Amino acid sequence: MSNKATNLLVPIISVILGLLVGAVIMLVSGYNPLEGYAALWNGIFGDMYTIGETIRQITPYLLAGLAVAFAFRSGLFNIGVEGQLIVGWFAAAYVGVAVELPKVIHLPLAIIAAAVAGALWGFVPGLLKAKFHVHEVIVTIMMNYIALHVTNALIRTVSEGGDRTENIFASASLRSEFLENLTEFSRLHYGIILALIMVGVMWFILEKTTLGFELKAVGFNQNASQYAGMNVNKNIILAMVISGAFAGMAGAMEALGTFEYVSSKGGFTGIGFDGIAVALLGMNTPLGVIFGATLFGSLKYGALNMPNAAGIPIEIVEIVIAVIIFFVASGYIIRLLLLRASAKKKEAK
Amino acid sequence: MSFLEVLYFIIPSAIFYAAPLILVAIGGVFSERSGVVNIGLEGLMVIGAFVGILFNLLYADTFGAATPWIALIAAMIAALLLSLLHAVASISFRADQVVSGVAINLLAVALSLYLVKRIFDKGQTDFITERFARYNVPFLSDIPVIGRLFFTSVYNTSFFAIAMAFVAWFVIYKTPFGLRLRAVGEHPMAADTMGVNVVRMRYVAVMISGALAGIGGAIYAQTITNDFGHATINGQGFMALAAMIFGKWHPLGAMGAALFFGFAQSLSIVGSSIPIIQEIPNVFLLILPYVLTIFALAGFIGRAKAPLANGKPYIKGQR
Repeated sequence: MSNKATNLLVPIISVILGLLVGAVIMLVSGYNPLEGYAALWNGIFGDMYTIGETIRQITPYLLAGLAVAFAFRSGLFNIGVEGQLIVGWFAAAYVGVAVELPKVIHLPLAIIAAAVAGALWGFVPGLLKAKFHVHEVIVTIMMNYIALHVTNALIRTVSEGGDRTENIFASASLRSEFLENLTEFSRLHYGIILALIMVGVMWFILEKTTLGFELKAVGFNQNASQYAGMNVNKNIILAMVISGAFAGMAGAMEALGTFEYVSSKGGFTGIGFDGIAVALLGMNTPLGVIFGATLFGSLKYGALNMPNAAGIPIEIVEIVIAVIIFFVASGYIIRLLLLRASAKKKEAK
Repeated sequence: MSFLEVLYFIIPSAIFYAAPLILVAIGGVFSERSGVVNIGLEGLMVIGAFVGILFNLLYADTFGAATPWIALIAAMIAALLLSLLHAVASISFRADQVVSGVAINLLAVALSLYLVKRIFDKGQTDFITERFARYNVPFLSDIPVIGRLFFTSVYNTSFFAIAMAFVAWFVIYKTPFGLRLRAVGEHPMAADTMGVNVVRMRYVAVMISGALAGIGGAIYAQTITNDFGHATINGQGFMALAAMIFGKWHPLGAMGAALFFGFAQSLSIVGSSIPIIQEIPNVFLLILPYVLTIFALAGFIGRAKAPLANGKPYIKGQR
């Protein structure tokens, strides 16, 4: 079996194994897995409304997945997507509430604000990694909590003691009457188009620009890149900044499309952490991210139908997602087993 | 309110909040000293909290006042089993240890909430009836000032946590086991050459971290929240991770950092009733542990340096 085929098989096998584990857990705890997965399926594809909502859910997953994948390609593990998303969410909502401008200026301004906020949140770990060789994983985890508490405090200040902002002005909204009518009034918004454009942007940066080449080179081997005359520190910081900008835009999707406001949070949204799963499953490629985001976004939204239709807690889907991550991460063992299986086949011939 | 009264108010509550953090942070020290990054501490704490509360609710009638302590053992075993998953993935399957830790966190929260809904048919458990009891230490609580600061209406679990920090220090720095543990985390190949079983050492270390994180989670749930829901453990595991780094991967350092973070946590909760401190916006107290950890890592507060082989799978024969 060729290397490429094995690489493709690992995520697919992981997804199948994840769903199997989910079925076993449902069976053991006294639910009917077939009913459960049927409810999940209907929750994703049931009618035009659920399809619209599913695509809406996929939108931030696309951008969060891009953020994680982009950093990964430069050899960086950005666990801070969650925090960058939260500050992006706040920044977009703030711009949406604070001023009223013509739509052609207001909407881009709000999205750029989110991207800049996310980029800034990514800049700090990038800078510390480049200058002080501090591991980005720990710094980004800490930045997540700082983001959570700081935005909560800012929301309180902006709303004068309340726990959510006003709704944004229509001029900053991504909502689309056309898409809503198309999908029986789901909250599907234009963000999905922006997210898909960003997938193209990531592909373009990585594959068609000198910057992308340098970023990937740094990801493969820092010493070799340095020796070849690349500025490794600059590339590390840039990778984190661009990654943060993607994450910030994921926040903008929630602020300008889905919710049209920002409220203070008791805990994380989870989208940033699921972004890690999206990127891993997509093998950190732009196309793969579309695949991963579609899968996890659909599972996440479809799960909402499970308690009503089959009486199964929605957490079963999160268990499935966690198990999938486990198997993808343990790709070594799956590859080993595949290798042995194909070696045996050869012997038999 | 005099300064001393303020201290009487804050110090006991700081120790109270720090106890679970100390145990979990020490768990982290064991795992990372052996070279296995454990981001999954948060999830292990969640499982500990869930199993602790569940056991307490189910067996309160059978065991009476001893229930919380026996619940700690149940929580310890549950978290130990979950940590085995992290060990298998990151040691045997050579998975990215951070990714595996993230999966542990997702899995623990999802699994425990799934079971809560299955068993109780609602989003959180009932409140437990048998809790850890506060008490005054005989004689010691009569000492002026110190008695009131450290020995009045305390939990036994706090003493247990602090004692465990010293035990961990002894084990890691004064026993052959500890020497091997550190060797495996700094230079696994050298350790292997000297006949140390790298894989076994790392398995044991991860299991110890799971056990301690489970106990920490169960203590947190049975002293602070008294029930289990989605927000019971909300970042304490990561704060323990921060304490471990701020304490420079040393058990006593981790204890000191955990006490300090407990202090910051209790200030953010009870600070509103204390003059001067109520002037400080709450948000600064909330983010203090995380900001300090970043500073410590950046070298502004002494250099925090991770064990050399931390996060790298050991592949025999590979240079």
